[in-house]
Amino acid sequence: MIEFLLEPFAYSYMARAIWVSALVGALCGCLSGYLILKGWSLMGDALSHAVVPGVAISAIIGAPLAVGAFASGLIAAGGIALLRRLTTLKEDVAIGLIFTSFFALGLLIVSLRPTSISVQTIAFGNILAISDTDALQLAAISGIAFLVIGLKWRDLMLAFFDEGQARIVGLNPWRLRLLFFALLSAASVAALQAVGAILVIAMVVTPGATAYLLTDRFGRMLVLATAMGTMSGALGAYASFFLDGATGGLIVLMQTGLFLLAFLFAPKHGRFALLRQRSADT
Amino acid sequence: MTERDPRTTIEVSNLTVRYPNGVIAVRDTSFVLDGGTITALVGINGSGKSTLFKTIMGFLKPVEGLVRLNGNSVTAGLKAGLVAYVPQSEEVDWTFPVLVQDVVMMGRYGHMGLMRRPRAEDRAAVDLALDRVGLIELKTRQIGELSGGQRKRVFLARALAQGSSIILLDEPFTGVDVKTESAIIALLRALRDEGRLILVSTHNLGSVPDFCDKVVLFNRTVLAHGPTETTFTEKNLLAAFGGTLRHIRIGGGDLHDDEDERRVTVLTDDERPVVLYGARDAEKLVTTQTRSEKAKPE
Ligand SMILES: Nc1ncnc2c1ncn2[C@@H]1O[C@H](COP(=O)(O)OP(=O)(O)OP(=O)(O)O)[C@@H](O)[C@H]1O
Ligand SMILES: [Mg+2]
Repeated sequence: MIEFLLEPFAYSYMARAIWVSALVGALCGCLSGYLILKGWSLMGDALSHAVVPGVAISAIIGAPLAVGAFASGLIAAGGIALLRRLTTLKEDVAIGLIFTSFFALGLLIVSLRPTSISVQTIAFGNILAISDTDALQLAAISGIAFLVIGLKWRDLMLAFFDEGQARIVGLNPWRLRLLFFALLSAASVAALQAVGAILVIAMVVTPGATAYLLTDRFGRMLVLATAMGTMSGALGAYASFFLDGATGGLIVLMQTGLFLLAFLFAPKHGRFALLRQRSADT
Repeated sequence: MTERDPRTTIEVSNLTVRYPNGVIAVRDTSFVLDGGTITALVGINGSGKSTLFKTIMGFLKPVEGLVRLNGNSVTAGLKAGLVAYVPQSEEVDWTFPVLVQDVVMMGRYGHMGLMRRPRAEDRAAVDLALDRVGLIELKTRQIGELSGGQRKRVFLARALAQGSSIILLDEPFTGVDVKTESAIIALLRALRDEGRLILVSTHNLGSVPDFCDKVVLFNRTVLAHGPTETTFTEKNLLAAFGGTLRHIRIGGGDLHDDEDERRVTVLTDDERPVVLYGARDAEKLVTTQTRSEKAKPE
């Protein structure tokens, strides 16, 4: 039995897929705590599409995919932030406008100069086939991102909660917002390889939404979201060995399962708690 | 806590602020405020009070003129944690997962290290501030679970916890009950006695002579500025408010049975009124006691 359960670890590609998925899940989960509070959920979707031109150009010139993807995600995020600052257009409009333009550009490049990367890989990811170099790149990206979050999470929280107060205490909310977008771009690049462009949005939304139902304290929410991202990443990749199913799909479904549990059973904001509250009141 | 510091100042010189849509909300405004005083900023809706606050804090950039805090630039002042601000309407997300004490802790960021990890003294300052505004029992509530008046007090507590020497309050009395109002006034007096500079905008004209040492009457620009006694007069108030004030005058036969010329004038912008009493054109401010307000039936 034990042997059976440990079997995936006998394959180096499986072991790698599990730890990379866990890492990507952790980073995306942590950022999702911020994202869902700003009404920016679509930003995750936007970035995963916006990195496509970068990926395509990197493939053509033979640069590391992560670098190109990161650069193009960052330009898109900067564009969204700039459009917000210079006009009174709503965030979702800015996001919709910029990310479709980037995705269109990406499609155009891929169709003009067909390369080794297929649209299939971009759309669905392929964590089982990830190379050692790519895995190390992801580890480095995540490590740096976590270091930055560890140092700045409270500043980011204040800038997100109350921009005015952030300025009053001498912070620069505009710079913090760019920093957050940079982190999110990095996370999107990582998630793109793990679960593909279509499912990235789940990675950067669901753990945060689940954690939000579980606590009223921001710090705890970040920890919970990170933990759930890690767990679902690792378990999803692990389970895909036995089920022979798509890793991305399993990871995301696992997160959805956790969300449903929290939705029903969360101590204060869960359905049952609210019902109990209501019957106690009457 | 700040010591009594005579160098605490706000200097506003030739300030003009224009919004992108072309509205000039503040024009050619100059005044100087000192530590150890409470100044009331009084004017009609849309007279530019909030705009002035936002410019003093550098949220808005003036097209002309400048603001100096303690003789330095606004940016330097903010970096040094000089200013605390209680906004007119908090543009925050009330569903954000933070407790009352977490919000007040946000006032302490300027005192913390790079990672903003709260120390014992920060926690003590938060508790003290919550105690002073009477919210200590609610400190572990999520902020959305408070009433409007309580929410207002959370932001007041945050400004207190900050311990800044300049405190700006944009209409802190709207939507709070009389008891809270007197508590806030007592608090502001205590802060003034600690040497801080307090600028407060209000439509609550009656309370101004109660606790404000100076008054700035404002409509796009300074109409009158000086000690409350000499500046907060019927003539100046009517100039600032035009026809928008409720103006009730009781005199002569309604008030006295004799030849006494003195009369009572009540001016109100719909909150606590200003009451003046005396002979024609020589009326003096009458302090309307908060005590009598408390006795007022609900
Ligand atoms: N963001 C903005 N863009 C353009 N014009 C604005 C903006 N905010 C305020 N104004 C205009 O500037 C003027 C001053 O507004 P401000 O909010 O400073 O008034 P106020 O004195 O605080 O009024 P109130 O007593 O209602 O709070 C008003 O005419 C207002 O219409
Ligand atoms: Mg205002």
